[in-house]
Amino acid sequence: MEHDLLEIRGLHVHYVTDTDDVQAVNGVDLTLKRGEVLGLVGETGAGKTTVALSIMQLIPDPPGIILGGEILFKGKNLIYNSDKENQEMRGNGISMIFQDPMTALNPIMTVGQQLAEVVVKHKKLSKKAALEAAAEMLERVGVTRDRLNDYPHQFSGGMKQRAIIAMALLCSPEILIADEPTTALDVTIQAQVLEIIRHLIRENDMSMILITHDLGVVAETCDRIAIMYAGKVVEYGSVQDVYTHPKHPYTQGLFGSIPKMDTEDERLSPIPGMAPNATALPSGCAFYPRCGHCQDRCRESAPDMRGTEHQYRCWLDAE
Amino acid sequence: MESLLTVSHLKKYFDVPAGRLHAVDDVSFSIRRGETLGVVGESGCGKSTLGRVLLGLYPATAGDIIFQGMDLSTFSKKDLIPIRREMQIVFQDPYASLDPRLTVAQIIEEPLRLHHVCRSTAERRERVEELMEMVGLSKRAYNLYPHEFDGGRRQRIVIARALAVGPKFVVCDEPVSALDVSVQAQVLNLMIDLQERLGLTYLFISHDLSVVKHISDDVVVMYLGQVIEKAGKRDLFKTPMHPYTIALLSAIPSVNIREKRQRIILKGELSSPIDPGEGCRFAKRCPFATEECFQTTPLYRELEPEHFVACHRAEEVRSGALQFKSV
Ligand SMILES: Nc1ncnc2c1ncn2[C@@H]1O[C@H](COP(=O)(O)OP(=O)(O)OP(=O)(O)O)[C@@H](O)[C@H]1O
Ligand SMILES: Nc1ncnc2c1ncn2[C@@H]1O[C@H](COP(=O)(O)OP(=O)(O)OP(=O)(O)O)[C@@H](O)[C@H]1O
Ligand SMILES: [Mg+2]
Ligand SMILES: [Mg+2]
Repeated sequence: MEHDLLEIRGLHVHYVTDTDDVQAVNGVDLTLKRGEVLGLVGETGAGKTTVALSIMQLIPDPPGIILGGEILFKGKNLIYNSDKENQEMRGNGISMIFQDPMTALNPIMTVGQQLAEVVVKHKKLSKKAALEAAAEMLERVGVTRDRLNDYPHQFSGGMKQRAIIAMALLCSPEILIADEPTTALDVTIQAQVLEIIRHLIRENDMSMILITHDLGVVAETCDRIAIMYAGKVVEYGSVQDVYTHPKHPYTQGLFGSIPKMDTEDERLSPIPGMAPNATALPSGCAFYPRCGHCQDRCRESAPDMRGTEHQYRCWLDAE
Repeated sequence: MESLLTVSHLKKYFDVPAGRLHAVDDVSFSIRRGETLGVVGESGCGKSTLGRVLLGLYPATAGDIIFQGMDLSTFSKKDLIPIRREMQIVFQDPYASLDPRLTVAQIIEEPLRLHHVCRSTAERRERVEELMEMVGLSKRAYNLYPHEFDGGRRQRIVIARALAVGPKFVVCDEPVSALDVSVQAQVLNLMIDLQERLGLTYLFISHDLSVVKHISDDVVVMYLGQVIEKAGKRDLFKTPMHPYTIALLSAIPSVNIREKRQRIILKGELSSPIDPGEGCRFAKRCPFATEECFQTTPLYRELEPEHFVACHRAEEVRSGALQFKSV
C-alpha cells in the first residue's frame, strides 16, 4: 500500500497523575501529504500541542501516555522507534518549533552561537560558514546581522520567536511542525516569515503542520485545516470548503468570535461557556453544553465523522 | 477631556555589544482619562520597552512623563512607590507571568500586601473574592494553582492581580495575543467592561490590528523606536498617511478567502536600531523614498487635526499621488 508522508490513526493520549486522568487526545486521525500545509486549529486545551508532541515522540512521560493508535512516518510507526531512531528522525526528518519560545533558547549563549551550532550539526559546515548561514537566515526573518552577538534577553518577544523559526528552518526538515510560530509577530513580519516558509516548502518539497488560533493565517498559508475540540478532530477539509461552508457549530462559533476589520465597534460574540474539563468530558458530543443546536441525541452518544472530502463530527441534519 | 498621562521626548537606550540601541527614541503623546491608546508596530520596534519605561520598570534615558500633573522623571525611587499603585501592567504571557508555586488567592493578594492596602486578613480575603468575581473567576478557584487553568482563565488572574490595588492606568502588553479567538473575545469584552466600570485608562499594546481597532480610541504606530503616525482610530484605519501604516494595514491576514485583497509585501533591508543615523528609519523599505528621506529625519507633525505623521511625502500619500504597487 502506498503511504502518505505522515499518517496518524486513532491516536489516544492521556496525562495521568495521582489525582487526575486528563483525556487530552481521544482518537485523532490525520494525514499529511508531501508538500502539503495542514492547519491545526482549536481552543486552548483542545490537544493540539499533545498531537504535535506525540509525532515528535516527546510526550512527557510521566504523566503522558500514548494509549493507542499509530503514527506512520513514511510508513514506519514512530511509536515503536528506539531512542536512537527518534533522535535521527528529529534531526533530519521532523523538526518542531515549540509553542514557548522562551524555553527553546539558551539564555547563556548568544543567538548567533546557538544558530551556528544547529548548522554545524546538520550540515557539517565549518564554524565560520555556519555563522554566516545563521546570519543569513536571521536576516531572512527580519533580524539584522548586527544582533548576532546578542543574548536572548536582549531580544524582544517577537525577535526571540524569529530566532527559533530560523533555527528550525536551518535544519531543513521534511516535516516542520510549527506550534503557534507567529503569535508574537506583527502582520508585516508575519507575512514575511510565512512567505519564507512557503518558499522553503516549495523549494525543498517540505510539508508543514501549522498550529495556530489565527484563522486568517490558516486561510493564507494552509491547504487543509483540521479543527480540534476536546481531543478530537471535529471538522477536517480543504481550507476552501471549511471557510466557505463551515459545518460544525463549533467552527461556526470560531468564525463569529473574530473581531472584524470592516465593521464598527460591535460587541464580540464569543462562543458561550468554557471548554470542557478534560478530566471529566461530557458523554456524547463534547461540544453539546455550549451548542445552540443541541438535541437529546447529542447528549447521549458521540457523533462519528461524516462526509468524505470535507468531514465533520456532528449529529445535526443526520438522519 | 483632560489628559491622564503625557509623555514628551521620551528616550530609552540600551548598551548592547554592537553599540547603543535606540529602543524608544523621542516619543511624545498623551492619553485622555478613561480612554484607550492602542500601540502597534513591528516586532522589536519598542512597544514593550515604552510600556515599561512609563511604569518606571526601566529608567528613562531622557524625556518627561507627566502623570496626573506630576512629572515622574523628577521622582526618586521612594516617591514612585505610591504612584505604582496607580499604574499597573498586564503582560502577554499568562504562563510566564504567574508564579506556579502560589495559589490564585496568594497571587491576587500579593500587590495588596506590598502596598498595605488591607488592614486585616478578613478584609483582604473579601477584596480577593470581590476581584475574582469581577473578572469572572469562580469562588472554587481560590485555592487552586495557575497550572490548573487554561490561558484565558490565567489571563483573568493576571488582570485581577493588576486591578487589586485600584490603579487608574493599566499598560496591557499583548494581553490577548496568546489566547485563541473565542477566549480572546471573552477577555477583550471583560477588559472593556472593567474600563467602563472602573474608569480605567489603558495603553494597549498589540500587534493584532483588528484587536487594537476594536478596543482603542486613538492609535499610535511605532517604527524602530519612533512614533510615525498617530490618529483617532477611525482616521487611522480609514486614511492612513504613512507608507508603513498603509503596508501594515494591507498585510492583515483575512479569513475571507473569497475576496482576494491587495497586499503590499515590503521589500528591502531592515534598518538597525543600533546607532541609527539621520534620515527616515523606514526609507530603506519605502518605495517612495527620495534622497531627502535618507538624509533628514522627517518631522512629526499634525497634518490634519489630531492626525500626526512623520513622513516627508505624507501630503502626496494623502492626496493619492503616491500609490503602492500591490501584489
Ligand atoms: N504535562 C501535562 N500534565 C498534565 N496535563 C497536561 C500536560 N500537558 C497538557 N495537559 C493537558 O492536556 C490537555 C491538552 O493540552 P494541549 O497542550 O495539548 O492543548 P493545546 O490545544 O495545545 O492548547 P493551547 O492552545 O493552550 O496550547 C489540556 O487539558 C492540558 O491541560
Ligand atoms: N534589556 C534589553 N537589553 C538590550 N536590548 C533590549 C532590551 N530590551 C529590549 N531591547 C531591544 O529594544 C528593542 C525594542 O524591544 P521591545 O521589547 O520594546 O520591542 P517590542 O516592540 O515590544 O517587540 P515585540 O512585538 O517583539 O514584543 C529591540 O531591538 C530589543 O532587542
Ligand atoms: Mg498548545
Ligand atoms: Mg513586546
